[in-house]
Amino acid sequence: MRDLTNEILELIRRTSSSLPKDVEDRLRASIEKEEPGSAARGALETILKNIELSRANSTPICQDTGTPIFYVHYPEGTSTRKLREQIKTALAEATKRSYMRPNAVDAIYDKNTGNNLGGDDFPSIHFEEVDADQPLVIELMLKGGGCENVGAQYSLPDNKLGAGRDLAGVRKVVLDAVQKAQGKGCAPGILGVSIGGDRGSSYIKSKEVLFSKMGTRNEDPKLAELEERLTKEANEMGIGPMGFGGQTTVLDTKITGLHRLPASYFVSVSYMCWAYRRRKMTVKGQEVEYD
Amino acid sequence: MREINIPINDEIIRSLHVGEPVELSGVMLTGRDAVHKWMIETFIKKTREPVGDDLQVYEEIRKYLQQGVLYHCGPVVSGLETREYKFVAAGPTTSIREEPYQADVMKHFNLKGVIGKGGMGVKTLQGCVDAPGVYFHAVGGAATFLAQTVQKVLGVYKLEEFGVPEAMWAIEVKNFPVVVTMDSHGQSKHSLLEESSRKVLDDLLTRPY
Repeated sequence: MRDLTNEILELIRRTSSSLPKDVEDRLRASIEKEEPGSAARGALETILKNIELSRANSTPICQDTGTPIFYVHYPEGTSTRKLREQIKTALAEATKRSYMRPNAVDAIYDKNTGNNLGGDDFPSIHFEEVDADQPLVIELMLKGGGCENVGAQYSLPDNKLGAGRDLAGVRKVVLDAVQKAQGKGCAPGILGVSIGGDRGSSYIKSKEVLFSKMGTRNEDPKLAELEERLTKEANEMGIGPMGFGGQTTVLDTKITGLHRLPASYFVSVSYMCWAYRRRKMTVKGQEVEYD
Repeated sequence: MREINIPINDEIIRSLHVGEPVELSGVMLTGRDAVHKWMIETFIKKTREPVGDDLQVYEEIRKYLQQGVLYHCGPVVSGLETREYKFVAAGPTTSIREEPYQADVMKHFNLKGVIGKGGMGVKTLQGCVDAPGVYFHAVGGAATFLAQTVQKVLGVYKLEEFGVPEAMWAIEVKNFPVVVTMDSHGQSKHSLLEESSRKVLDDLLTRPY
């Protein structure tokens, strides 16, 4: 099996320092909605300058290079054990090269490992087998702690919000999560919403849905409509970039539905900051494509 | 844009009001979760005895904090092996985690400013009135841009013990852009927005699906 350590290192470099174009375009478009001279507009201008500088210098967009979340789609017969080792080696090297901040802290002894490697769960790696004739695809998302901390999970019904076990109830709790987040998740944010599952699977799916491009709508028209409505209504709250007040609080909303137990109805909201770092590499024979 | 030099005197602090964008220049110290806990336990509430280099570090950082600015930041720093440190990425971290400690830290060290993101609560707001001091909001995530305002790394404390993101870095900055979101007159942009957005949410919750 081919050693992909250097190619994965390049994936990490790109993910940390170069924001995807679809995200940058949304941020650029939102500037015009903010008043000239306002703190909100100033924040967006700084954000855009930062995006250009970090891309040009290969330095992290945000110093919180987050939890590295890898999704590996591997052709049947590939050694996932070897891939895991290559990912770990690449991540330690990326940390040495300052593409990544050392971010793995032992929760019991408060010790930072210094190389972004910690136990079996840091980094977070998900493996999914595909047919032998399919290419190897590695997706990477870096999700910072500020936005992770404002994520929320609701167990419906929620009497305080008057939220029942239906999409009307889902709408209410998601709006509540946005209001509670204020600017603390580095608004303008992107919402990943998962309905159903158990507490664990629900949170995982709310992150997985964030791998899709901006503006990607759920195939179910009912959910697609709710996605658009939530983005619009979240912006009515006027929280604005960084919570400075303004028109742009949420850039996009993505919803996914899972199966649930009859007794449970969870809604999980993963808040992604504007520094929405996700990249993909595809290995086709000797060629490696990045996007 | 208005430029302010660190150290900052009370007269300047009182002239600052929420919503005002300013640029800071001078020497500041970074400090986040581990630092606040260490300051409170070792020197303010004194629930643990100073050990190792605690006392020596305390004397060193005091001079930076006197009428100074504390930056909630866990940077990416290069040159760790050669000790020729350079700030690579250095945006603000979420401040609210320091809410239990911040007002006491401001008072103890005569701090005049705290930089972070997301704002802080009533205890810190009262601390800003008492000090007097202000809370400066930097643009979260703008890490490469903000690192470029760092002219020089003057020193680092507790690097081995706390790790790179949590250590105290003394840095000299030039034209570091921030917005005043909590002032010494008891005003907080964060509580104003929390209130106005709450009203909109209440209205949204009554709308039919």
